[in-house]
Amino acid sequence: MIPVAFDYSAPTTLDEALTLLADAGEDGKILAGGQSLIPVLKLRLAAPHAVIDLGRIDALRGIREDGDHVVIGAMTQHHDVATHPLVAEHANLIARATQTVADPQIRHRGTFGGALVHADPAGDLPAAALAMDAVFHIVGPGGERTVAAADFFVDLFTTAVGDNEILTEVRMPKKTAWVSDYQKFTRVAQQWSIVGVAATLRIENGRIAEARIALTNMGSVPIRVQAVEQALIGCAIEEDAIARATASVADGTNPPSDLNGDPDYRRHLATVLTRRAVLNAA
Amino acid sequence: MVQTTITVTVDGTSYTDQVEPRMLLVQYLRETLGKTGTLIGCDTSNCGACTVHLDGVSVKSCTMFAVQADGHEVTTIEGIAGADGLHPMQTAFHENHALQCGFCTPGMIMASIDLLRENPNPDEQMIRDGLEGNLCRCTGYQNIVKAVRSAAETEAAKVELGATIPVGQPS
Ligand SMILES: Cc1cc2nc3c(=O)[nH]c(=O)nc-3n(C[C@H](O)[C@H](O)[C@H](O)COP(=O)(O)OP(=O)(O)OC[C@H]3O[C@@H](n4cnc5c(N)ncnc54)[C@H](O)[C@@H]3O)c2cc1C
Ligand code: FES
Ligand code: FES
Repeated sequence: MIPVAFDYSAPTTLDEALTLLADAGEDGKILAGGQSLIPVLKLRLAAPHAVIDLGRIDALRGIREDGDHVVIGAMTQHHDVATHPLVAEHANLIARATQTVADPQIRHRGTFGGALVHADPAGDLPAAALAMDAVFHIVGPGGERTVAAADFFVDLFTTAVGDNEILTEVRMPKKTAWVSDYQKFTRVAQQWSIVGVAATLRIENGRIAEARIALTNMGSVPIRVQAVEQALIGCAIEEDAIARATASVADGTNPPSDLNGDPDYRRHLATVLTRRAVLNAA
Repeated sequence: MVQTTITVTVDGTSYTDQVEPRMLLVQYLRETLGKTGTLIGCDTSNCGACTVHLDGVSVKSCTMFAVQADGHEVTTIEGIAGADGLHPMQTAFHENHALQCGFCTPGMIMASIDLLRENPNPDEQMIRDGLEGNLCRCTGYQNIVKAVRSAAETEAAKVELGATIPVGQPS
């Protein structure tokens, strides 16, 4: 399968990339790791005239700390996110979720920012970023702006990033000493989540002191479940108590129906996986 | 048609060519360079048959453009055997009967070499997880897993003896 022909540029600075994107107008497309875009181009579901490759802009890649935040550059590959000591220490939910993405070859190319901007409802990183209270840094012709995770995911494959904008980095308040788990349910190896659950907890004296719970593929965007987060506070690490606190996690959700399962099946899965995620994390 | 000039080192040789930006890396390897050892299976980044190393790490060459490899180093299945014969992973596949039709084999071997580079002593589950991106429709995977285990053990034994063929380094 061969894409429609396009003009290609590989700028080495963000300013250059923004100019190229502005010049291309509606027909421009950003290329990050290409692990979602190249299949789309090969299937000719999209045919941009200009492809602007961010792969040579070193400033967009890397992981660092900044005070009480961990910062992940948009072009940082999944493999680096999954194995970086700063992520393991201060954002271990992100490491857990990233380890479940696709397979090693795809994790060597695919990027953190690309997966978030692509915003596939079955993608594993949006729910994890939502649970981590991530803040997204976006630049465009009008300069830089920041968007909170709650406002970033707008709809299926649609985020707050406009056509003429670039996601540069994602900042997350450190959740050092929090414990996490990402439960991903699939039928076969290397599959997208039928349902996924991201859980991260702070435990104090054997009880849950704070919790963040977010769901993958239970709607067109990732869903944070604050009612369950509240119910978990004060909970002992004990199966019955956690089952009670998480029982309502799928209430009011409107999950998709497809060959992998209908909405009721997905709601049941979300309940089981949330209990497992909390118990596993703790 | 607008062409772009790229310079890529493939299996130790530097090539400079004019390519269309939409040319996939796997097409460049097979059609421009004639390196047909790298195969196309699914063409949708699922099967792993097209796996090569880009600067030493495994990637699916059907889901990358040749222009993205400009200035980088690519190693294919055709570039891993040394002057003194097969790469240890090739030998392990051969000795453990880890192939039947052989279609998945070039990609399996490239993915397996990368797996041992990251984790020189994987257990069975780690090998199965590490080869998640490679499909085999013939073997049932048993002998592939056995081959990777045996390559790991052979290398560990060599390291103990002070020999120096590190698995995962393009030779
Ligand atoms: C076989 C297969 C299995 C997969 N399985 C999973 C899975 O289980 N879970 C999962 O979460 N993901 C999975 N993925 C997707 C993978 O995570 C991709 O890496 C990711 O969706 C896209 O990231 P990318 O860097 O490759 O982006 P690209 O494909 O390059 O780009 C994706 C989209 O985002 C835009 N974009 C990218 N970066 C930016 C930026 N910085 N600013 C503005 N726009 C940008 C592009 O224009 C494009 O529209 C799978 C992919 C494949 C091919
Ligand atoms: S041909 Fe590239 S993954 Fe199947
Ligand atoms: S040996 Fe035939 S596909 Fe693996």
